[in-house]
Amino acid sequence: MNDLSASSQIIHRAVLVRPGVVRRIRGLSDKALAWLFITPTIVLLLAINIFPLVWTIYLSFTNYRANRANAPTKWLGGEWYQSILTDPDVWAAMQVTAHFVIWTVVIETVLGFGLAFLIDKKFRGHGLWTTIILLPMMLSPAVVGNFWTFLYQPQIGLFNYVVAFLTGRDASSFQMLGDVTLSPWAIVIVDAWMWTPYVMLICLAGLRSIPDYLYEAAEVDRASKWRQFWSITLPMALPFIMLAVLFRGIENFKMFDMVNLLTGGGPGSTTEVASITLKRAAFESWRTGYSSAFAIILFVTVFGLANIYVKALNRVKSR
Amino acid sequence: MSLSNAAHSIVEPSISTRRFAGSLVVLYAIITMIPLIWIVLTSFKSPDDAISYPPKILFTPSLEGYCNLFTTRSRQTPEFIKTLGPPQGLCDGIARDRNMVIAGPSNYVPRFVNSLIIAFGSTVLAVALGTLSAYGFSRFRVPLKDDLLFFILSTRMMPPIAVAIPIYLMYRTLGLSDTRLGMILLYTSVNVSLAVWLLKGFIDEIPREYEEAAMIDGYTRFQAFVKVVLPQATTGIAATAIFCLIFAWNEYAFAVLLTSGNAQTAPPFIPIIIGEGGQDWPAVAAGTTFFLVPIVVFTVLLRKHLLRGITFGAVRK
Repeated sequence: MNDLSASSQIIHRAVLVRPGVVRRIRGLSDKALAWLFITPTIVLLLAINIFPLVWTIYLSFTNYRANRANAPTKWLGGEWYQSILTDPDVWAAMQVTAHFVIWTVVIETVLGFGLAFLIDKKFRGHGLWTTIILLPMMLSPAVVGNFWTFLYQPQIGLFNYVVAFLTGRDASSFQMLGDVTLSPWAIVIVDAWMWTPYVMLICLAGLRSIPDYLYEAAEVDRASKWRQFWSITLPMALPFIMLAVLFRGIENFKMFDMVNLLTGGGPGSTTEVASITLKRAAFESWRTGYSSAFAIILFVTVFGLANIYVKALNRVKSR
Repeated sequence: MSLSNAAHSIVEPSISTRRFAGSLVVLYAIITMIPLIWIVLTSFKSPDDAISYPPKILFTPSLEGYCNLFTTRSRQTPEFIKTLGPPQGLCDGIARDRNMVIAGPSNYVPRFVNSLIIAFGSTVLAVALGTLSAYGFSRFRVPLKDDLLFFILSTRMMPPIAVAIPIYLMYRTLGLSDTRLGMILLYTSVNVSLAVWLLKGFIDEIPREYEEAAMIDGYTRFQAFVKVVLPQATTGIAATAIFCLIFAWNEYAFAVLLTSGNAQTAPPFIPIIIGEGGQDWPAVAAGTTFFLVPIVVFTVLLRKHLLRGITFGAVRK
């Protein structure tokens, strides 16, 4: 009792006067403490996330331009939304984004699950090798993207040299970043290099959660390894694979940093994913109202995905 | 041990299966490491070796990349250089061999310091706020708890560029543009959602009985939180802090759009390290190596908690 602060001693004296409320009054009440603990976080998020979001919604209905802040602002209603949803450039960007998201997710899931399956065989030194494999996903996507531009150089780059060595083509005969057909794959390769370990890690957790007795029972029933894989391994790991797919899907839908440094959306607009279109509209041509409307459209899309994600997450948790 | 089969369950993979799986994984690990090893090698190459064809694996190591990373140099005539005294230090010597003199320090160190201040500042704030909220959500009956938690998570789902537009306008009005404080607050708001979700998981695992026992002994709820729960949650708090640190350290989108000089961090700076006649690849590689080393250390420290961190606490082991 020595370390009770002065203020709580005062409260104690007050309690002596009214013994009926001893329990509730000692220190702060739980309810007050709960709000005291939670409010700062909520206030910060309201100030730096929600208030700007509301502001964006307002701007998306106006002709405001951030580089002409003093010009009179006119209310335009839903004009921007209409023009965005009918703009062929926006749909082109959405197609680029879809190509990027679908291929990265497919490659990362197949490779990631395959790796997890192999690591789950618990060979000697698997812990060390797992940590090494995990490294790329911890690095800064911007710094990594920047360095891959060096690896992709047509004459001097290591990537081109290795491809040339393996295929017998000339190393300067193809440009991963400057070619219209190759550049969408160049960004997929870097993303897969970075994020396959992420899917691997989640799948590994899924595989390790499968109890041994299921396999033992299958062995007793003389089910083939093939059958065991399709009837036990895959269904049991599926919620984890789904979780990884959703996380990667959302993250790559928002992709900006790595692609911005690798190609900046080029050549032309062949790698212009939605975030880069948004950046160009907002911070290069300063069409603030237009880009706000586009931002809201993207946000609603991601939010829809997030809802699905939380449902999947709860299913994983409830297992 | 290898001779006795008694402990082996019938589902344990055979030794040949293990060897096969192991060699495939090792092969993948080696391939995946090549780009990183190449970065480190390039940082020790001379500019000519870095852009040679075919790419050089064996080369004479040089510290020119690191010298160029930390200094700015100006070209001088050989006659002028002869009038100077002996070179001061290694970098000065390297520069003079190329008919240059060191003009002063580069911007890399200030950018690196900005990265450190902003990453640590936002991590401390996010973890402090996150710990309090996580305890609140974990222990008390909060109205609309699930909705609030989802709201906190959903702020992380916004595309950074979409958030950057109004933040840019707001910071311009408040005078927070290109300030460290502005970046710290922004990164805190992004990290706090991760911190709340992760720490709630960690605190949920601490039995309530510990605090209840302390409270029966006369502690107030707050004292029980400080003296019983916090020490128990140290590992979780440390893991969460490292995740926040890594995010803030690696972040690029906000940094490139909202900072230009004063508060610029290293990620937007490293790509624009330019030498004479184009990108100075050894210097870029040196800056990259320097910037990535802390992350490698943190990854090794974090490896047991990685899974939890990357799934917002959804998957625990």
